Amino acid sequence: MVKALPQQGAGRLIVVEGIDGSGKSTQLALLQRWLINQGYPVRFSEWNSSALVKQITKRGKDRRILTPTTFCLTHAADFADRTERDILPALRSGGMVLSDRYMYTALARDVVRGVEPSYVRQLYRFAVKPTLAFYFRVPLEVALGRILGGRNALKYYEAGMDLSLSDDIEESFRLFQRRILQQYELLSKEFGLMVIDATLSIEEQQAQMRAIVKPKLEGVKRLSKHGKVSLLR
Amino acid sequence: MERFRFYGSGLPGVKLDDLRGKLIVVEGTDGVGRSTQVVLLRQWLEQRGHAVFDTGLTRSALAGKGIKRAKEGNILNLLTFTLFYATDFADQLENQIIPALRAGFIVLTDRYIYSQIARAVVRGADEAWVRDLFGIALVPTSIYYLKADLDHLIPRVAFTRGFDYWESGMDMRLGRDMFESFCRYQTRMLEIFDRMSNFYGFNEVDANGMVEEVFEKLQRRVRELLNHKNTATAR
Repeated sequence: MVKALPQQGAGRLIVVEGIDGSGKSTQLALLQRWLINQGYPVRFSEWNSSALVKQITKRGKDRRILTPTTFCLTHAADFADRTERDILPALRSGGMVLSDRYMYTALARDVVRGVEPSYVRQLYRFAVKPTLAFYFRVPLEVALGRILGGRNALKYYEAGMDLSLSDDIEESFRLFQRRILQQYELLSKEFGLMVIDATLSIEEQQAQMRAIVKPKLEGVKRLSKHGKVSLLR
Repeated sequence: MERFRFYGSGLPGVKLDDLRGKLIVVEGTDGVGRSTQVVLLRQWLEQRGHAVFDTGLTRSALAGKGIKRAKEGNILNLLTFTLFYATDFADQLENQIIPALRAGFIVLTDRYIYSQIARAVVRGADEAWVRDLFGIALVPTSIYYLKADLDHLIPRVAFTRGFDYWESGMDMRLGRDMFESFCRYQTRMLEIFDRMSNFYGFNEVDANGMVEEVFEKLQRRVRELLNHKNTATAR
């Protein structure tokens, strides 16, 4: 959207979306392994990970002074920083970019927090359109079982405590995730997200993903016939 | 009293009918003497018995320090930079400006969204996108645009604090040195301000004169604003 920004270029952008506990990160890691082993250049990008913006977001979260609007804007700043610094250069260089969460996360969360849907949509106009956007659909109880069983320390904003849905952090998290899930269902229609049934076995989901990604790899240059043996990330 | 409104979709949860104060914005390019005028205006308004709350850019608890640090390293890209400023603005708007208006204060701001819009647009940002981004802003009661020619701006900057990296648009590589860059950058900024003046309905104040002369003009305008019950709000 910004005139000064170059276009997407020759690369491919693959993103995964879904509520916490949907298994999307696991699937993306497996996809990354598969791509690297075939010798494709891969850049990984993660939601809310820009070093520059992190300080501000962390400050706001620690002190709990973020409002729905500033929450929305700091995450957009993070996304912009990663777009300009990581995503666009990698795509223009003709490589693969894998993103764990993308603008749809903001569209879901910010709207649940009460920001105007049209405002968030226009805000993210600068986002590169993904080649493929996977949505890992999972029933709330399944996701909650995976999350609440595994980690015991839910964080304030993560649980949507700022929305005052409940004083109990676990209950707040449940209610918050339920609303996010509803948003994802709407977004999946609006943006034509590729739906993966996240209740299937890990192997089945991964096989589906690879089958969908494979034809999109045509024309992407590989760095070698066999990828380097390396640990991910 | 006229009801406040937002430029765009605004902020969630704000009841506009509760805002009883006035929002007065002083805008203008770098070196025009804005801050001096704001100080004088504040003194005078308090003398008249108005409670004044003054604020400026990049002072918020949330992003103020982050912006400063990032600028020191010159490491921000355009979009990120613009979003940082918007975050900071939103934080101030929600936590300072709106509560002060609710309490019936005259909120006096040294610059508002317009400087930020100009800064982004001059660097090539999509104007409609930036304008929409700042659709969270309240439309001020009045926007006083201190307007001076480049010839008047140059000595004011050169003989006071000197040329600053960002005010000279050095990141844009417009000239061989800071002076040349400053002139080209500020010329472009003035053009953008003129455009915004029409779009947002600025109240233009000739700022080519000496501090006292400019203040008299500004004072006259503000007096008119405060004496009229049905003041015309900015566009």
